[in-house]
Amino acid sequence: MNKKKLLGTPYFVWSVLFIIIPLCMVFYYGFTDKSGAFTLENIIAISKPEHAKALYLALGLSLISTLICLILAYPLAMILSNMNVNQHSFIVLIFILPMWMNFLLRTLAWQTLLEKTGVINSILSFLHLPALNVINTPYAIVLGMVYNFLPFMVLPIYNSLVKIDRNVIHAARDLGANGLQVFAKITLPLTLPGIISGITMVFIPALTTFVISKLLGGSKILLIGNVVEEEFTQAGNWNLGSGLSIVLMLFIIVNMIISSIFDKDGEGSVL
Amino acid sequence: MKKILIDLKNISKSFDGQMVLDDLNLYIRENEFLTLLGPSGCGKTTTLRILGGFEKPDTGSVIFDGNDITKLPPNKRQLNTVFQKYALFTHMTIAENIAFGLKIKNKSKSYINDKIKYALKLVNLEGFENRMPDSLSGGQQQRIAIARAIVNEPKVLLLDEPLGALDLKLRQDMQYELIRLKNELGITFIYVTHDQEEALTMSDTIVVMNQGYIQQIGTPEKIYNEPENAFVADFIGDSNIISSTMIEDKLVDILGTRFPCVDTGFGCNKPVDVVIRPEDVILSSPANGKMTGTVTHLIFKGVHYEMEVTAAGYEWLVHSTGMFPVGTEVGIDVDPFNIQIMNKPASLDEEAVGINE
Repeated sequence: MNKKKLLGTPYFVWSVLFIIIPLCMVFYYGFTDKSGAFTLENIIAISKPEHAKALYLALGLSLISTLICLILAYPLAMILSNMNVNQHSFIVLIFILPMWMNFLLRTLAWQTLLEKTGVINSILSFLHLPALNVINTPYAIVLGMVYNFLPFMVLPIYNSLVKIDRNVIHAARDLGANGLQVFAKITLPLTLPGIISGITMVFIPALTTFVISKLLGGSKILLIGNVVEEEFTQAGNWNLGSGLSIVLMLFIIVNMIISSIFDKDGEGSVL
Repeated sequence: MKKILIDLKNISKSFDGQMVLDDLNLYIRENEFLTLLGPSGCGKTTTLRILGGFEKPDTGSVIFDGNDITKLPPNKRQLNTVFQKYALFTHMTIAENIAFGLKIKNKSKSYINDKIKYALKLVNLEGFENRMPDSLSGGQQQRIAIARAIVNEPKVLLLDEPLGALDLKLRQDMQYELIRLKNELGITFIYVTHDQEEALTMSDTIVVMNQGYIQQIGTPEKIYNEPENAFVADFIGDSNIISSTMIEDKLVDILGTRFPCVDTGFGCNKPVDVVIRPEDVILSSPANGKMTGTVTHLIFKGVHYEMEVTAAGYEWLVHSTGMFPVGTEVGIDVDPFNIQIMNKPASLDEEAVGINE
């Protein structure tokens, strides 16, 4: 074994222990029943009404959140990319600062803010305005998803925007395109890898989250992530939990394939 | 004379308090190949960007064909630009790149296809329609950038150091190609470069710029043979610029030796700058020269020898087909009409003051 390969050993051990073995276990549990015999029941279980409903809800909420993130992030990324160097590094810093805070803490903070007797409602009642009943609704979950995952949309789009040569924009203007045409024909197509990358980085964690839905959705709204979590922690049915995880994994793989088609050079990714 | 197409009037522009153009006046005639020549930071690219509409001048106006277009955005101007690094649309094929401007103008499909064919033929890249820009060499990309601009039939083509990134051989080929294009298309070319040889080869008119001021406007021959100040003389080709004294009309004292010349009107005993091109210095035996000197350096350059001759305390740069070995005593002479007399700048400011034609 040469030296370079030797340097890779810790990572190799790590990935075997924490990626490959757990993955094999998920597949083993997913395709067997409690007695260890082969079965597809755990996979098919997704079609049970309560599981399907949780999956559709998760897909729906994460799609909505991804769309909102995209709509918020694109103009923001454009503003950031148009700023001069000193300014924008400061503003980027401000923007990604919340990312450094713990994810749980941020979500808990929203819980405190949105609660029936929380900060926002206290202010509203002080102003004699009607109370906001957002907590424990899908709206709160979408809010939590957008808040937590927005930076993951902004950064790849910002990255692909700053890579566009100013002269390419000028050339399009020079050839007669107005601002809107430049955006539609030049800016948008050139930032497509960033957009796809952003969508992946928001959609996948949103689809699989159970923390946001648990903290902001109460126990009333179950996403597929919550179902899987409950199978493992409360019902103790590792087989069903693994089976549902495999189904979820399919969606992730499809998403990754789509994003790799659009982002051949990996230029949109930030990680 | 052809009619004036573009008139830049009293253009000033500064960036962050730094003056880039100061009260620039310049007109450009139809079907002229005009080159803005100068070192980096002289304001030539800013001038071009003001013409293209990418910068707004702080003061002054841009008149195009009789209309004030100072405030017109780039997409409303009848001129097209070829950018320094080509700025091709990397997500489009060559055909789509060339068709971009025409599609915006809603031209018919058959018209666009004809134009693409015509433009690719013009730049000698037939059959490249479906290639992507990244798969082309620098020279090919450059020609596509030109094709993309000319299919729109602009009245004026602006070129911002378009050959800067190409190697010497390719650059020379492209120079001839550009001259051919200009003659075939009958459009006005405004060309920005810092390469004096490029400027001399292609231009009808050269505008030499420095520090935001126009130093001299003229034909390549005039700029080369009759530079109006030391900056122009120094920037265009090699030259011997010697501080001298004008004794009287048609007689100048260079380094203590009197040389007859052809210039008049500088007054008597006035300090002047004298420009003598290295190829105009005649070396001979010491007895035949007006001054004597010693050869200190000798380099073979192919077409000629380049020598340095120390005479009267000045290092003369000499280009000659005759060879004089290092250490040889030589005589130096210059034909009267090859001595170019220039007024000395009274101050550094004046050195940069524009000369308005």
